[in-house]
Amino acid sequence: MSENVYIIGAGIHPFGRTDGRSGREQGVYAVREALKDAGLDWPDIECAYGGSAAAGNADIMVNELGLTSLPFTNVANGCATGGSALAASQQAIASGMYDLALAVGFDKHPRGAFNAKPSDYGLPEWYGQTGMMLTTQFFALKIQRYMQLHGISRTTLGRVAEKAFRNGTITPHAWRRSPVDLETIMNAPMINDPLTKYMFCSPAEGGVALILASEKKMKELGADGVKIRAVAVKTRPPNSFEVFQAGISIEEGGKPTVLASQAAFEKAGVGPEDISVAQLQDTESGAEIMHMAENGFCKDGEQEEWLANGWTEIGGKLPVNTDGGCLACGEPIGASGLRQVYENVQQLRQRAGERQVPGKPRFGYSHVYGAPGLSGVAILERE
Amino acid sequence: MGQKIDPELWSDGPEPHLMGGRLPSGEIVFPMPVGDAAEGVEPYKLSRRGKLWSWTSQGFLPKEPYEGPGSGPGEGPPDFQPFLLGYVELPGEVIVESRIVDARLEDLHLGMDLEFCVVPFNATYDTFAFRPLAAKESKAA
Repeated sequence: MSENVYIIGAGIHPFGRTDGRSGREQGVYAVREALKDAGLDWPDIECAYGGSAAAGNADIMVNELGLTSLPFTNVANGCATGGSALAASQQAIASGMYDLALAVGFDKHPRGAFNAKPSDYGLPEWYGQTGMMLTTQFFALKIQRYMQLHGISRTTLGRVAEKAFRNGTITPHAWRRSPVDLETIMNAPMINDPLTKYMFCSPAEGGVALILASEKKMKELGADGVKIRAVAVKTRPPNSFEVFQAGISIEEGGKPTVLASQAAFEKAGVGPEDISVAQLQDTESGAEIMHMAENGFCKDGEQEEWLANGWTEIGGKLPVNTDGGCLACGEPIGASGLRQVYENVQQLRQRAGERQVPGKPRFGYSHVYGAPGLSGVAILERE
Repeated sequence: MGQKIDPELWSDGPEPHLMGGRLPSGEIVFPMPVGDAAEGVEPYKLSRRGKLWSWTSQGFLPKEPYEGPGSGPGEGPPDFQPFLLGYVELPGEVIVESRIVDARLEDLHLGMDLEFCVVPFNATYDTFAFRPLAAKESKAA
């Protein structure tokens, strides 16, 4: 790994619901937007990595984009599909084999909570039959214990959602574009205690594409690039507590997010205090709170003060989920991780419009988490 | 009493135990592994008593493969019966995910003493649950 790698093009298909357009079509739309952004044409792309969780294979996008004979690898890595596609395309360029690569993620899910088959996760059938195999329950069980141990209030959960919807109102690619006040969030129907309806993201649709280039190619093109300082993807260590576990070890284990975060900071040679803007996996309010600490931005329990003081607002000391995150954008699994990176690219290039963080942000941090316990972190730099 | 939702999930007899496994390393796991993963793992009767580690409520009808009330032909969300669930720490063994019965959400707290029980699940099957120790005499499956 020697070559520096830059993101020189970023494209997105608006998240939410787009009837009449398949998930892959939304991916193709995003690729075309990214090509336009980079000032490139499809035949310029030398290799591609991409995927979806529920909207088919990425490689047949060549039907629409053009039969250029490029190697196109399908990525199927659950919630980390986008992060893994980014890591693979980054490695393709860092290795010196290619100068231009595409990372693409898209999805289209039916309405309502995700359902999963026990056998896909090596679990017995009774786990699903009795109604225990729900991602929403895991999130609630994890934050419930965390709140008890670290003194996080229900109001703080509400504030995370309120911020997400407020940021969504000024984000063109967001799904939820209307504000929701704290009282409405707190009094909404309970889904899995302590999380109400407005504290959960919903499965959705969308597509994101990023074009990566070597330094040489970026300079040759005169492109507006953002440097990838570090990408780290980690699966779970022993004794961790993850989604879809009928039994957990009594020994407290490590966390994949902590491992990915530490690896990324180490690779980048920077620390949490250097980050100007962060996109943290917020499948629900509690996740954003716990991920603030797992990624090293605060200590356990300090989130109470952070949210009360608005420190994660756009304009705060560490703006978090500036485009409204999963809560306002919804979660198309294959596209979600790349949306976070797209948002950081826009923020660092100071092209984020109304939601632009003030000053000249230098480092952008993104973090995705998914089943069965893996995390991906990317740190970008505006040189 | 209905049929067991999984014949190997808990032991039979007047004092049933949830079945876990003991790995060659001595670590206790739940559930008991199956197939090749079960090699070298001894079935292990888990403790009937434990402490509440975390909890939540299930307020909406889960999609497939859920087979409880509300999931049958012609049934829907109005037929769903919300339930409580949580993780129960069995001291020195393993933390198991379980339904919580005979308790109200507002009564649940970390470290609460709970006991294993078998409860009706649907027209055909029973499943396992944990209930507050104090509720021991109040209900039988």
